[in-house]
Amino acid sequence: MRLHPVSRVLLALAALALGINLVMPIWRIDLGAPQYPEGLYLQIFHDRFAGDIDKINGLNHYIGMAHIKNEMFPEFEIMRYAFYLLMAWGLVTALIGRRAVLLSWLFAIAAFIIWAVWDMYAWGYKYGHELDPRAAIKVEGMAYQPPLIGHKQLLNFDAWSTPDVGGWALFFTSAIATIIFVLEWRRSHRAAVRA
Amino acid sequence: MKRPLMLTTGTLTLAGLAFVLVNSLPGCRPTTTQTVVTGDAAAKVYVKPGTHDEFYNFVSGGFSGQLAVYGLPSGRLLREVPVFSVDPESGYGYSEETKGMLMTSSGFIPWDDSHHPELSQTDGVPDGKWCFINGNNTPRIALVDLGTFRTKSIIEIPNSAGNHSSPFTTGNSEYVVAGTRFSVPMGDDAARDVSISTYKENFKGNVSFIHPDPGTGRMSIAFQIATPGVNFDLSHAGKGPSEGWFFFSCYNTEQAYSLLEVNASQRDKDFIMAVNWKLAEQLAKDGKGTRVPGKHYSNWWNEETHSAETTVHEDVLQLDPKDHPGLLYFMPCPKSPHGCDVDPTGKYIVGSGKLAALIPVFSFEKIQKAIAANDVEGDFAGIPVLKYESVLHGEVKKPGLGPLHTEFDANGNAYTSFFVSSEIVKWNVEKLEVVDRVPTYYSIGHLMVPGGDSKKPWGKYVVAYNKITKDRYLPTGPELTQSAQLYSIDGDKMELLLDFPTTGEPHYAQAIPADLVKPREVKFFKIEENKHPFVAKGEKETKVERRGKEVHVWMTTIRSHFAPDNIEGVKLGDEVYFHVTNLEQDWDVPHGFAIKGAANAELLVMPGETQTLKWIPTRVGVWPMYCTDFCSALHQEMQGYVRVSPANSTVPLKGETVSVDAGV
Repeated sequence: MRLHPVSRVLLALAALALGINLVMPIWRIDLGAPQYPEGLYLQIFHDRFAGDIDKINGLNHYIGMAHIKNEMFPEFEIMRYAFYLLMAWGLVTALIGRRAVLLSWLFAIAAFIIWAVWDMYAWGYKYGHELDPRAAIKVEGMAYQPPLIGHKQLLNFDAWSTPDVGGWALFFTSAIATIIFVLEWRRSHRAAVRA
Repeated sequence: MKRPLMLTTGTLTLAGLAFVLVNSLPGCRPTTTQTVVTGDAAAKVYVKPGTHDEFYNFVSGGFSGQLAVYGLPSGRLLREVPVFSVDPESGYGYSEETKGMLMTSSGFIPWDDSHHPELSQTDGVPDGKWCFINGNNTPRIALVDLGTFRTKSIIEIPNSAGNHSSPFTTGNSEYVVAGTRFSVPMGDDAARDVSISTYKENFKGNVSFIHPDPGTGRMSIAFQIATPGVNFDLSHAGKGPSEGWFFFSCYNTEQAYSLLEVNASQRDKDFIMAVNWKLAEQLAKDGKGTRVPGKHYSNWWNEETHSAETTVHEDVLQLDPKDHPGLLYFMPCPKSPHGCDVDPTGKYIVGSGKLAALIPVFSFEKIQKAIAANDVEGDFAGIPVLKYESVLHGEVKKPGLGPLHTEFDANGNAYTSFFVSSEIVKWNVEKLEVVDRVPTYYSIGHLMVPGGDSKKPWGKYVVAYNKITKDRYLPTGPELTQSAQLYSIDGDKMELLLDFPTTGEPHYAQAIPADLVKPREVKFFKIEENKHPFVAKGEKETKVERRGKEVHVWMTTIRSHFAPDNIEGVKLGDEVYFHVTNLEQDWDVPHGFAIKGAANAELLVMPGETQTLKWIPTRVGVWPMYCTDFCSALHQEMQGYVRVSPANSTVPLKGETVSVDAGV
């Protein structure tokens, strides 16, 4: 049994919405401290960092954190292909209109999110723990791993890690795809009962 | 007991009783100054930590030659902008780049006496773009850019001596003016070398119209108008109906040249001079002026090269009013007029005769009528003198003693300062009636209402700028601070809110709502736009180079080190130029540069800027240098060394920053 036409249109739109990640930032980290009333922020795009990178690097060099540079991340070279793949997969799902394909797309999105979260955690762990032994300020037992999501206090800074526009788009796409899958499953189940 | 003794004892007893009696009655004691302040004054001037003042207040630094910036209503000093005087703290006037700003036809002049700040205007209202200020002693006008709070441009005024009636602006800052206080002989050397007693024949005054380029702020003298020899004091442009006219007060119409205190106070009336500047502008455009000798410097700060550019002009365009009737008129004004202020409607011109016991108010409409009807009482050195009664709107009778200056609010009221009776008097311009008066502590000179000399005063406060402060502050030896006093003018009664000390002697001042200035603030200079010939846009571009006896160091600063910080190969007899580029690109991160034995100054280098300090070592040895502006937790580590060898040394020239590997 094919997916409902409305579902297929919505799936196509959801797949296209992933494209937002190719132009808008995916994630952001905000930093606040008494002496930075205007705040500092870091944005993660699919291919680069943006925001107050120089200022953050300038501050972090005291405690020996690595300078954030785009070159540190081979992910920036390949992330766009992941989005191309997921978008194409979603559009094919809408075209073919089979639930099994939709399920495979859902798994693909889930796999991507798990990989992205793990990758970010791993980077954050490394960034926060691998400190330059020549650092001017050493605080015994202190690590500076940014929060994966939500708030964390790092010395005098409050750090917030939250999805940016792209992250929310990814969230909505997976949510819509999941809801459609559940509704379609129930629809086919009812059809089976009637038959 | 003998009688005289009894009498003496009796008298002493009576006197003692009277003394005790008088002193025990509070009503018989003079009231102290503190009693004037009412209960909620503190709340009205309290600016909560973390919040901003409502107004910027630009106050002349007087004999400091600088421009001071305060917040109102708090009275907090925010900044002292170096203008006419050198500033060793920042290196202004000492760094190779800034020296040109203080160049004049008399050479490098590192000081001046600044009197009158004036904000640039659009449609007759301050726009927050620039603040002009005059240099009184070596006639100059400066333009301070309110994006950077730095002196952007300084022009010297030729054929002028004592640049006092300056730098007042026209409604769209087409021109700022400069009237000479001293009349002097002009022309070539022979014409200038005359006996002082030939004042009447040989001494001439003039008023200059200076044009600031709207884009760059670079100033040039559009034209000068020659005048009879008198002293020009203050001025203000017409506005609204009087737009196109300028009014200058002048004294010493006695044309005295000695003991002016007496000799220039003889006549019952001096003049306010009305200038038809639109006509003068047209005459200048039509080529009606003549170029006369008048060497002057025009200095301009180039923000891309971070350096002064100096241009020298040999002459100036001058208009002679004798050839152009209708250009100038004199209006009699009682007793040595000082302030010359035009009300917001542009209909009335207020003259303040500093020795007069009344305030004359002239009507622009009547001036025009008198000119049309040729209603003159004679001429002064060939310039028509209009009849006093014909041009007068009216006189404010018995306002106080020694009126000096007048500012206005938006409700038709004028506020005049009285030096001798030490007070501010509020009066109605139309009705010429005194409405309120309040004492000042002590001896007020100028006063200022935010926007109070423009078309649209913001009102709210009047600030008194006082000459004398004894007993108002903790004493500091023979020299005491000058002082300003903030009064509320919101209600019917003026109310004293705050005293605050000022740097230098405060003369005139201007204030503008902070929101018109704040959004324009430059936070740092973009390093990629830096076109300084000796810029190093990164540590890789730093180097040391010998050019004969000159050693040039391309140096960078970033938290928290210099590159290079070890320099060797400098020899006695060398001149070392440290070209310091601050690589920081964040607000509020300047770096300082100082080296032991520097005979000039230190440098304060803003983010993205390059400044150069010249240093001539005097002895062989290793000389320390360090950062003077606390920049980071490692500021105290921001230091380096320069090795100086004998003149015949063969030590190779090198500069480096040596990094120690981890774990070593």
